[in-house]
Amino acid sequence: MDPAKKDEPRTTPPDAPGSVGWTEAQSKCLVPADSSLTLELGGSISPVNVEYEIYGSLSPHKDNVVFITHALSGDAHVAGWDRRAVEAGRAWRQKKPGWWDAIVGPGKAIDTNRLFVICPNVLGGCYGTTGPSSIDPSTEKPYGLRFPMVTVGDWVNLHMRLLDALGINRVQAVVGGSLGGQQALEMALAYPDRVERAVVLAASARLSVQGLAFNAVGRYCILHDPNFASGDYYDGEGPGAGLAGARMLAHITYLSDEGMHEKFGRRLQDGANGRPGGFGIEFAVESYLDYQGRAFVERFDANSYLYITRAMDYYDAAAAWGGGSLTEACRRIRAKMLIVSFDSDWLYPPEVCKELALAMTQANRPVTYANVPSHYGHDSFLVETAKVGRLLRGFLAG
Amino acid sequence: MTQRPPPHIDPHLITDRSVERLPQGLFEQRAAELSRLLATRPQAPDRPPTATRWQDEIIAREIPKGARVLDLGCGDGALLERLMRELGVRGQGLEIDPEAVFCCVERGVPVIQTDVDEGLRRFPDQAFDVVVLEETLQTLANPREMLAEMLRVGRRGMVSFPNFSHWRVLVDLVANGRMPVTEWLPYQWYETANIHPFTLQDLLDWSRGSGVRVVAGYAYENGAVRTLGADDNLHAEEVLIVVER
Repeated sequence: MDPAKKDEPRTTPPDAPGSVGWTEAQSKCLVPADSSLTLELGGSISPVNVEYEIYGSLSPHKDNVVFITHALSGDAHVAGWDRRAVEAGRAWRQKKPGWWDAIVGPGKAIDTNRLFVICPNVLGGCYGTTGPSSIDPSTEKPYGLRFPMVTVGDWVNLHMRLLDALGINRVQAVVGGSLGGQQALEMALAYPDRVERAVVLAASARLSVQGLAFNAVGRYCILHDPNFASGDYYDGEGPGAGLAGARMLAHITYLSDEGMHEKFGRRLQDGANGRPGGFGIEFAVESYLDYQGRAFVERFDANSYLYITRAMDYYDAAAAWGGGSLTEACRRIRAKMLIVSFDSDWLYPPEVCKELALAMTQANRPVTYANVPSHYGHDSFLVETAKVGRLLRGFLAG
Repeated sequence: MTQRPPPHIDPHLITDRSVERLPQGLFEQRAAELSRLLATRPQAPDRPPTATRWQDEIIAREIPKGARVLDLGCGDGALLERLMRELGVRGQGLEIDPEAVFCCVERGVPVIQTDVDEGLRRFPDQAFDVVVLEETLQTLANPREMLAEMLRVGRRGMVSFPNFSHWRVLVDLVANGRMPVTEWLPYQWYETANIHPFTLQDLLDWSRGSGVRVVAGYAYENGAVRTLGADDNLHAEEVLIVVER
């Protein structure tokens, strides 16, 4: 086996014993039209529909719940194969299983033989949960930029409404990576009595200044695309170039220099004739980013990208729960915490993840912090499934 | 057991700078004394490799039920897992090695992956009942600071270490003129992690000088453990002491 490939996630076909099989998204109206969800940054929204997926069976005591929270460009389709991919307009899902298929399934690290897994799409996203591309009942047109600002806190409040609707009081674990990790942390902070364990992968209590800057450039690309039309582009072309540019930039931050060197080097793209010049796609890395950009446009809404990156920017656990002190915030936590960083991650670098662990320590709370050696950068939480799986399996059993 | 006085070294030789050269024959005399000592002592028996360290037994006996325990350099977490299981302690480990950290997580032991040398600054005062430091002190950059920090964050410290004045070590150094390599100190000078070698006497001196009480002590020699005795600066291969401020 190619040693460079040994850590790449293995996927299981739907009929394999390790797969959750064919999946079908569930949907619930959690905020009916005659009520509303109050939002942290002011205002409210109604109605709110949430799309989510579930795997495994809920135990009679409803005490085997693992709640997974997805990252910026992720979705509720964590594992298995989407039975309705084509009808739901998500044809790209025919090609591969859910984003954490190597982690979630029968006998896998998050073992669906034993555990009941729930993952919802976030508010403001574009995968069935109410977001800027949903119809605003007051105008009967898509919200666009009239969609209210949403926060990680709002997401978690809505996650709790989903648990309430399913009759679940307490989760055995909430698990998330990157922006999903911040939701996991927020859940442990906001609902200490409802979270037994929280797993925060490749994430910290807030985004770095560098991270804020990357998000700003991503949004700039979208906002200045000539087809953006102030967010009301749903009848037209849409800001494809801007969204692709934002994704390409973000994708660089998900890899590491070392990882890119190994994967692409300065190699020229197959077919490039080695004669330098011109501005087409010449280097392998250019081709890769171009592909990532175009694939993203096919599956993501630019307005959702704006809203979700803003939520990511604003999140600050210390400010929200500790008057600026992360240690004070951590005193609220009752959950067992597992914090995992990856040594080549420069979006949420090990030092800032460790800072969260040390704040737990300072708050006199037991905590586990692991810094996993990997050269996959921020993406490691998705790619290093063997190592992440080992940590999850151990932590969920303990 | 017959008491053997440690080899006598005239303190004058060490402190009196006017004595510039080692007196003729003294080195040979010392080497011969130590060689005789070597010949009269039984050879260390081949011990089967054990998963648990000898100190673990004592630590498990000394630690009260339900105590809060911090293990500095906790390795694969075997000790903390045992203490958590048998005594219901609230454990926390610190460990630098990623593979060992994975093992801790698999054992359900809370662990922070960090360099113990980075210190305990982020641990509040008296957050633990017991702080354990097994076979680690001599590898630290700031051992004295760590000892002080240990008794700031914990009420009681349990420190085990290889004793660098064990007679076998002394013989190796004095008779062979080389940095000692023994079972407990199996590394060559260029590869050893033991950057701050010290003796039992050194640690006792430190405790006296820092107002720290040694409340218990154990010596390990030739596969057996006993309460620390008067001549153990020479005879203990390994030492475990329990200290309190």
